[in-house]
Parts: sequence; structure tokens; C-alpha cells
Amino acid sequence: MVSTHELQGAKPPFSDERLKEVQAIISKFPEGRQKSALIRVLHMAEEDFGGWLSQETMDYVASLLDIQPVEVYEVATFYTMFNMEPTGQFVFEVCRTGPCMLVGSDQIIEHIKNRLGITKVGETSADGIFTLKTSECLGACGYAPMLQCGKVFHEHLTPEKVDQLIEDYRAKYAQLKNQN
Amino acid sequence: MGRKLLLEHIDVPGIETFEVYRREGGYRSVEKALKTMSPQEVVEEVQKSALKGRGGAGFPTGMKWSFLAKPEGIPRYLVCNADESEPGTFKDRYLMEKIPHLLIEGMITSSYALGANTSHIYIRGEYMFVLDILEKAIAEAYEKGFLGKNILGSGYDLDLYVSPGGGAYICGEETALLESLEGKRGNPRMKPPFPAVKGLFGCPTVVNNVESIATVVPIINMGADEYLKIGTEKSSGTKLISASGNLVRPGVYEIELGLSVEEFIYGDEWCRGIANGKKIKACIPGGSSVPILPAHLITKTAAGETRYMSYESLSDGGFASGSMLGSGGFIVFDEDQCIVRNTWNFARFYAHESCGQCSPCREGTGWMEKVLYRLEHGQGNMRDIELLEQINKKIEGNTICPLGDAAAWPVAAAIRHFREEFEWHVTNPQEAQTRNYGLLKVTETL
Repeated sequence: MVSTHELQGAKPPFSDERLKEVQAIISKFPEGRQKSALIRVLHMAEEDFGGWLSQETMDYVASLLDIQPVEVYEVATFYTMFNMEPTGQFVFEVCRTGPCMLVGSDQIIEHIKNRLGITKVGETSADGIFTLKTSECLGACGYAPMLQCGKVFHEHLTPEKVDQLIEDYRAKYAQLKNQN
Repeated sequence: MGRKLLLEHIDVPGIETFEVYRREGGYRSVEKALKTMSPQEVVEEVQKSALKGRGGAGFPTGMKWSFLAKPEGIPRYLVCNADESEPGTFKDRYLMEKIPHLLIEGMITSSYALGANTSHIYIRGEYMFVLDILEKAIAEAYEKGFLGKNILGSGYDLDLYVSPGGGAYICGEETALLESLEGKRGNPRMKPPFPAVKGLFGCPTVVNNVESIATVVPIINMGADEYLKIGTEKSSGTKLISASGNLVRPGVYEIELGLSVEEFIYGDEWCRGIANGKKIKACIPGGSSVPILPAHLITKTAAGETRYMSYESLSDGGFASGSMLGSGGFIVFDEDQCIVRNTWNFARFYAHESCGQCSPCREGTGWMEKVLYRLEHGQGNMRDIELLEQINKKIEGNTICPLGDAAAWPVAAAIRHFREEFEWHVTNPQEAQTRNYGLLKVTETL
């Protein structure tokens, strides 16, 4: 299973199957309240359209939900999960908040930087496969340190585990490339 | 002290499926409520149980329910707050991930009590894998006739939906959550009107934490009288504690309220002491927003009495020498941890998570982060410590929602108890970069 978005470069519209999903989400809310579906549809759009929200993607979501584009922009920029710029194929979000810091998240962040050859958080590795980000408390404090990649939580991290993860995701990337 | 009401069946293989959950006695509270009780009787039972909201504020759940307005012809909503984001708290995730049907059962019984025919679970976006688990369980409940039209032939209808957030701590505040559920930025609303009168889509709404809703299940099953026998006089029942930091065995534990703090930290059944044979330096017992306690005030109160895991005992001494049970996010620090660094870390968290609506919080959290950064990195002066105290007072109580207070309290408490460590950072800026302060002098003499 691909844990994050499909290969970079995909653009709107959604497939017919995904459009049905969007309709099902809208139908959970009262008539005229279709905007309630926005955050979930933005998550879907990010997953399907290259892992970030371009203006084209946001305008498309606005038209799907019959709301103004600015209503989408203000929400997309408020919530930290949404990427407003292109990222690497896989985004490592390392939790940096107190409980994780107590058991070594700073060292994990440094280790990832070294392994990926990047100088600061927010950068993407030269091969375009990984982006390193930090995140505030992800609710895994008892299993710290940890990072999130797509939907998956990787917990109890050690430098050795991080090395293995990077290898695994590289293999996944190669597999994805072959399929496309 | 090992009584379990929520996690009793957590280790049964397949408990996440309807079949196994039902076999272990699941959905009995729905049968009991819908077939033998009126909605009002369910509300009264929960009121009588004295259940306090498990999200952090500790407001009595039954009282919150009793405030719900019931005008004719307008729908009412129950919204479950699964936006668990308080640093140090991961119990709701554990419950939903391992035993999703317990939350769904609680949602059905509670929705029936409140007369809601549509209910929502709002879950933080980062828990998308848990959302998948919940939706799978909800589909099973529909299939087995526990959700949808005419549940168990009672004539009661309920639809239950899950919606994700997008990564914003502030959406754990109930009115920000409702804004977010309506597809907007998570800016808290002015109160009044309270959600009980005007909540989701302008309709009367109750917002409850995951654990509070799950706890309705054992309360209805055993009855409030039996439930009241568990815990202490002022803190009834059990509580999920998320233990993290420098512990031998961190994790989620269900404790009977009234367990001693010492037993919880050092007992074999629980956290088994401080990792790597070190000494304890401090503890934040209820999530990052509650006051930090120094070593000498953790297992004993200022009066020298045993400190217990309960609402009243953890807050004994007020903010001067106590803290709060809060969300049950129990963070433990060993002797090698730096309090200044940790306070800066949390200040950075609050600055990052402020929604920006109120200036005292938007500006104040940023200032606190910058001042604490200076202190931590050997660039501070004594005036900075006073400055922090001043900023604190100007945030606390001056914002629409409690995030302002939540940001101010941890800084105030850290300075209150660890002032000597802050001052040491100022007087020894070089040394502070190479080693940690260690234990407080008062602790060393214990």
C-alpha cells in the first residue's frame, strides 16, 4: 500500500469513484450545509492531486462544494496538515512536542537531516523522495519518539529504525515509479 | 485498585469487531436504555453518577446534558470531541483504535438520552487511520440494526458520522470544533450563546469527550448507584491515564480514581518507576496545560499528605502547590531534563496553535516563546523572568477561549517552582549550554 499520495503531478478532476465518495460525504450534512464536507474533501484532493493543494485544486474543490474559492483558501491555510507547496513523495512529520522531546525527538530530527542530506526542517531531499517536517503533539506520547508518514504512525523510533524506514520508503518509491 | 470499566476486554482478540464485542457483553446499554428507560431516565442516571467530563475541564457531564435546549421542530445534535491534541494525551486514540464499538455504543445510548437523531464524531485529522477503524465499526453497527431507522424495534432512529479535522489543537475547544465541523477555520465562538442553545448549524448541541461518552456505557449497565461506589467521594469511577516521558513503562492505563500517585508511578501494575534508574524531577499530571509539580509535591501535598490520582487531591493546594487531573496526560521528567527547555517547548506549541483571533493570545504566546528561547539559549537576563510573568497575567482571562489560560499556566507554574533554574540559566549562560541544572536544591535535601 502506498502510504501517501500518488506520484507527483496528478491534477483535478476526481475519478467517478471519488466523486461518489464526495457526494456521500456531502449527504451526511443538512441541505445547504455542504461546506461541512470541505476538510475531508481537501484531504482527498491532497491525496489524489500530488500531495499538495494548488490553487487549481482548491478552485476545483470550491466548485464541487458550490462555495467561494476564498472559503477554501482560508480553511486550507488555517489547518497545518495541508501542504500549500509541493513536497517530496513521502513527508516525514516528526513530533517535536514535550513528551517526545523528553525521550529524544531532537536527536531523531538531526539523524534524519543527516541521512537525507538536508540542512533544515521543511526541506526536500535532492532526489525528491522525502520532505522532513516537524509537527506538534500527534498523540503518541507513550510510544515516543515517533513520526507520521501519510496515515501511518511510526513509533518507538531509534536511529536504526529510522535508517530502515528510509530504505523501505525508497523501495516503495521505486515500486511506484515502475507501476507508472 | 485494578477495577476496569472501559478497558476490561481490551486484550480479547478481535474485540474491534462487532461480533466479539457483542459476545463480550457489548451493546447491552443500548438494549437497556432503548427498551426499559425513557431518555430522561438515562440523563438522570448520568447526572446521578457524578461523571465529570474526561476531556480536561472536568465539568459534570450530566449537568451539561441537562442544559440542552429542546425547542420543538429543531434537531438536536450530539457531537463527540475526538480532537485529542493536548500534549501528553493519547488515551482517546487508544480507546478508539482498540475498542471502537465502545465509543459507538456510548454514542447511541447518549444520543437517545439527548433526543438526537444525527450525531457526529469529530476526530483530529492526524488520526485518519483511527477514522478508518471507526467507519468500519459504524458500518457493522448499521448492518446489525444498532444504527439507522427504528433501532431494535424501539422506533428510535440514529445516524452516526465521522469527520476529520485538518491539524489544529484549537479545534479541541468545543465551539472551535463546531466551526471546523461546519467547514470553517477553527476560531472559537463567543459564549453565550452556549452550544446547548446554539451549537452545530445553529441547533442545540452537546459536545462530549470520547472517554466521557464511553463511560456512559458502564454507568447505564451497572446503574449510577454501583458506579458511585467506585473511586472517591468527589471523583467517581475510573479514568484513563496517558503516561509518558521518562518512565519504565509508559502507556494508557485505566485507574480507579483515588489510586495514590506514588503507586501509579512506581507500582508494578502501572508505570514501574523512572527509566534508567534515575530520580524524578517533575511531573505534569493532566496534560501540558496544567501546572507542573516539582519532585517534592508529586507524591505528597504541601501539607505532607499522600497525593492521590483524583480531581480533588491533584488540585490540593491550588496553583500554589497543586495542579489538576485535566485530561489525564501524565508526563514525567527525570533528573536530566531541563525545565527551561521544556517550558520553551510548550510555549512554542501554544504560539504555533493559537488561532490568532484574540491579540493577548496571538501576540502573547509568540512573545513568551521568544523570551523563553532567549533564556534557554543563554541570551536572557533577569528582567526576562519578570517579563514572562507580566505577559502571563495579560493573557490569562483576556481571551475568548481557554487556550490563553492554557498557554499561560504552564509558564507561570514553571517559574513558580523552578525559579532558581531559570535564574541559573541567566547567571551561567555558558554552562547552561553544556549541562542541565539537575534537581532543585529543595529536592536534594528530601
